[in-house]
Amino acid sequence: MRDVLFSFVRLLDPVSGLDLHGDLLLRDGRIADFGPSLGRPDDAAVVAEQGGVLCPGLVDMRAALGEPGYEYRETIASAAEAAAAGGITTLAALPDTLPAIDDPALVRLLRARGDETGSLTILPYGAVTVGCRGEELAELGLLAEAGAIAFTDGSRALGSARLMRLALSYAKGFGARIVQHPEEPSLADGGAATEGELATRLGLPGIPAAAEVILVARDIQLAALTGGAVHFAHVSTAEALQLIRQAKADGINVTCDTAPPYFDLNETAIGDFRTYAKLSPPLRKDADRLAVVAALADGTIDAIASDHQPRDADDKRQPFAQATPGGTGLATLLSITLAQVHSGAISLGQAIELLTARPARLLGVEAGRIGKGLPADLCLFHPERIWQVEAGRLPGKAQNTPFDGRALEGVVLGTWKAGRRVFG
Amino acid sequence: MSYRQKHLLAIEGLYPPEIGHLLDLAESYVLLNRSGKTQRDLLRGRTLINLFFEDSTRTRTSFELAGKRLGADVINMSVSTSSVNKGETLLDTAATLNAMHCDLLVVRHDQSGAPNLLAQKVDAAVINAGDGTHEHPTQALLDALTIRRRKGRLEGLIVAICGDVLHSRVARSNIHLLTTMGSRVRVVGPPTLMPTEAERLGVEVFHDMERGLAGADIVMMLRLQRERMQRGLVPSAREYFRFFGLDAAKFAVAKPDALVMHPGPMNRGVEIDSAVADDPHRSVIREQVEMGVAVRMAVLDTLSRGHGRNEF
Repeated sequence: MRDVLFSFVRLLDPVSGLDLHGDLLLRDGRIADFGPSLGRPDDAAVVAEQGGVLCPGLVDMRAALGEPGYEYRETIASAAEAAAAGGITTLAALPDTLPAIDDPALVRLLRARGDETGSLTILPYGAVTVGCRGEELAELGLLAEAGAIAFTDGSRALGSARLMRLALSYAKGFGARIVQHPEEPSLADGGAATEGELATRLGLPGIPAAAEVILVARDIQLAALTGGAVHFAHVSTAEALQLIRQAKADGINVTCDTAPPYFDLNETAIGDFRTYAKLSPPLRKDADRLAVVAALADGTIDAIASDHQPRDADDKRQPFAQATPGGTGLATLLSITLAQVHSGAISLGQAIELLTARPARLLGVEAGRIGKGLPADLCLFHPERIWQVEAGRLPGKAQNTPFDGRALEGVVLGTWKAGRRVFG
Repeated sequence: MSYRQKHLLAIEGLYPPEIGHLLDLAESYVLLNRSGKTQRDLLRGRTLINLFFEDSTRTRTSFELAGKRLGADVINMSVSTSSVNKGETLLDTAATLNAMHCDLLVVRHDQSGAPNLLAQKVDAAVINAGDGTHEHPTQALLDALTIRRRKGRLEGLIVAICGDVLHSRVARSNIHLLTTMGSRVRVVGPPTLMPTEAERLGVEVFHDMERGLAGADIVMMLRLQRERMQRGLVPSAREYFRFFGLDAAKFAVAKPDALVMHPGPMNRGVEIDSAVADDPHRSVIREQVEMGVAVRMAVLDTLSRGHGRNEF
């Protein structure tokens, strides 16, 4: 493989303390060297982008893939294409597929299928319960041994307090984290939108914000009780974030992520029954959105995940309450996050940390860093260049973006996986 | 200003002159209907399809009669939502209807927003005949016409809407219409049947019939479905009737000339006592049905003229 020299770009990896304008050299799939000026090796291909920022390849800690079982929505190949276009080189895949990832062989299969793409490392989550049905614990030890990075039932909440206690307690023995979809099922059942004025006007069954708060409060108690590690996915309410903030201060082993829709959109996006903006959890009131932004800024939120949920047209062309929730998020992950940088809510360094090193550390994988000798997983982007999101023209198969029509600043120019250019 | 939309999907968002236009036109159809005349040339050659995904004899019949009195070719289609995949049926049906070149499409569906979805897919003017727990615009118009004819106005009247407001599309449409036209609207019912942040719709919320009905000009009762009791939203029919059913004693706190209304069909002995429902001086429930035909004639007439389409 030919050497690649990035010439005079901004090198940014805040967790490593790296932020300089200079050069970076790739050799044999790894980062060979970087510094203010490296000179130019004779046979290197040169990548020069005025104003470009080179950061670690993004680590997306929460995405659903269509495979296995829902290939009509998305295949691993199409997800890898969308991920590469979004600068993502490592992706943690949810286990509530068909069949669910509740068997060691399926964990190994997903890892191998990721390697086959050549552009994306897939980190499989294992199911907490058999079939993600919330009834009996899956073989967490065997799944962990096969390479499951953490455990979750994906988009289904672990509703039983007893089962959650068992899961936290048992997983602790294997050093594994339980990832919860924090939504009390009996309060959320049948709901289609956040309970409140808008749902009342549209005549849609509501899900109270309290459904999230209750499960977060409960699971913090269970984490304290068991000493287990709990991670709350796509946190979307002010009160749940406040509970997590306090739990962290109390030294309880709790972490959380959020997804771009929850800091970029509010519930009004569903106006006129727009099913592409029907998500789970539902989009919230603007006060909650602002609380998510504040929690990104103060570090309460540990990672930004795409929460990619591929859907096909028939899933969405339904009356609102019957439409399947979920939005695509791979190609827009970086740009929507950068909107918070442009608005001044967070720094560029914070944004990159939340998309790279912090989720990698949380998952316990060596990724999301720039360092000599590390695998060359990199993302080159221009933070100010503009593009427009258009459903139907996004990379990959799934087109159900809640951001349709949005003009965004921040374009991914190229993505490298183990030294090989996989996008741009 | 007359009516400016292509469809009639909701009352929310309509301006007072648009509502006024529809009510004035309906008024003229009341007189026409009472004189026994018809206007069969008005919609001659136009096709009206009644597309009902939910059973409703009275609303469908009312639209059918309205269409026929104006000379339209009326076709009734009842689609069972249980037999096939629901969404598939809806969009497949939309494609079929488009191929038939229907002019006016009346839709009843058990899902909020279904007529909006259809309106995006068909060329016809879509009339919402009730969607889920969202809106039932022609019911609100006929209620308003009934009130206006009896009281001479809408502005300043105190209207108490009582019962299962949470699940009622009739309540939502009436709230939007009456508040837009300057009435003072109260909603009365147990907290479990009251939508969250109902007061944000511009109404006063009461959980007590005596206080909610005090001094009211109009008492509008809503139907309570048995299913609500099965889901535990109210413990029993007899408890509901005791506290929220309209009987002579509760009605007595309203104004002496207050009128009682009900969109039908009534559950006698659950939300309303027969003595009140059948009171010839105070109950206008049968008159509502008569106004329904006139209002639907006005809506069909207006939409078939395609005001909205010509203004773009």
